[in-house]
Amino acid sequence: MDTQATATRATPQPLLEVSGVTLRYKTASLAVTATERVSFTVNKSDRFVLLGPSGCGKSTLLKAVGGYMEPSEGTITIKGRKVTKPGPDRMMVFQEFDQLLAWKTVLQNVTFPLINARGMSAREADEKARYYIEKVSLTRAVDSYPHTLSGGMKQRVAIARGMAMEPDILLMDEPFAALDALTRRQCQDELLQLWHDTQFTVLFVTHSIAEAIKISNRILLLSPHPGRVKAEVVDVDTVSATDGSAGRLEKDIHDLLFS
Amino acid sequence: MSTARIILRETVETGDAEVTRPLKWYETAWESGFVRKAMIILFLAIVWEIYGRWLDNPLLFPTLSETLEALRDRIADGSLPARAWASVKVLLMGYAAGVFLAFTLTIIAINTRMGSDFLETMTAMFSPLPAIALLPLALIWFGLGNGSLVFVLIHSVLWPVALNTHSGFRGVSQTLRMVGRNYDLRGLNYVFKILIPAGFPSILSGLKIGWAFTWRTLIAAELVFGVSSGQGGLGWFIFEKRNLLEIPDVFAGLLTVILIGLVVENLVFRTLERRTVLRWGMQS
Repeated sequence: MDTQATATRATPQPLLEVSGVTLRYKTASLAVTATERVSFTVNKSDRFVLLGPSGCGKSTLLKAVGGYMEPSEGTITIKGRKVTKPGPDRMMVFQEFDQLLAWKTVLQNVTFPLINARGMSAREADEKARYYIEKVSLTRAVDSYPHTLSGGMKQRVAIARGMAMEPDILLMDEPFAALDALTRRQCQDELLQLWHDTQFTVLFVTHSIAEAIKISNRILLLSPHPGRVKAEVVDVDTVSATDGSAGRLEKDIHDLLFS
Repeated sequence: MSTARIILRETVETGDAEVTRPLKWYETAWESGFVRKAMIILFLAIVWEIYGRWLDNPLLFPTLSETLEALRDRIADGSLPARAWASVKVLLMGYAAGVFLAFTLTIIAINTRMGSDFLETMTAMFSPLPAIALLPLALIWFGLGNGSLVFVLIHSVLWPVALNTHSGFRGVSQTLRMVGRNYDLRGLNYVFKILIPAGFPSILSGLKIGWAFTWRTLIAAELVFGVSSGQGGLGWFIFEKRNLLEIPDVFAGLLTVILIGLVVENLVFRTLERRTVLRWGMQS
């Protein structure tokens, strides 16, 4: 795995390019600048984390990459195409548990976009969905309705749904933030395992430094009000939790963000 | 100096620990809403019978048994089923047309701001207006016949269904909307595959309210302008029998109205509910 990671790093293929993006949105009484001239690139098979305290515009940035809002300055391109609207080439995994369609079973939730957005036949979609549901170890719950699942299981369905679409990039908006600590760790481990299996590209938003270090190979640190890039941490996957280097990096990042 | 340790406990097997047990038959029965409701109806029936016998005046208040006899006779001679069918036919026409219009209006409303304003204004104006109040006008416009009845029925079902559907659509969470757009669903596809199922609890309660409104309106319309609907429906049946002072028949007619209402509520809507919102965990 290490050799592979080095190989990808040696010949980076820019997949997502965010250049000079300023995002503004309006509330009832004021216009808010969420991010100001943020630039970064995500390469293929990167686990790229946007990290920062609340108010640094990381979720807004992810929504812009998802195509849900237009930058008032700068451009976002994916594989050279300009992002203008939401699409199934950028699958979102949200923080909220209600992102699954309550009127569909686990299997149907995963096949639904395959059939509707990818135009697969029911058989093909079924096969692909079952493969990814097994990957998130939910085979037993395949015919259950979402309301019978625990929070962690729901998030795993959402991840399976996103991955089954085999998008250019998977966009995850604090997918584990609403989980309890134990489930959260378990989900992080599973996500890493999935990544080792399929090497998908993921853009991940979190406000937990420990989660960012555990999951990513690159971290973009953002400062709040308005969100600006403060630093980029590379080769995050070389630190290890056992020899204390992860702990030291966590402290360094913490000091940098809150200095 | 002591350090942190893990001390394992031995598990004690008692053998008779009851984790689950099957329910007794009466517990199962009591869990069923149908059984509980049937008992309520049974209780009311007994009260009715006792009061009727105590009053002993079939012209004012016939007993349950007299009513049931009248019901049996009218069903046997075919008059009641024919009248009921006449009513139900008109009702279904009005209901279907009203629901269709309500959906069309709401789909336009959810997609355009003007449409939304239009719907809100129209519901605010017409929702409080009793459908019956439109009947005299309808009779002038559409003549004596089913046309006028269907018109007032549409009026009675359109606004509550549109109002509830609209609020159902608006209540769909932002996350689900974003999921739908993520899937590239647009237009009617988006409405039918995301908005309608997600807003279904509200839509269903709109359909139920609409049903009750139409049924009520129809019977009332037939009572007042009963002759308008060709051969006459249930309302006209009740009106006629009262004029002939056949009070048990009047009660039989009323009972039929109630029975049809109960059947639709408990069979049609309850089944729909069980298959949708209950199964999806949107309502409990």
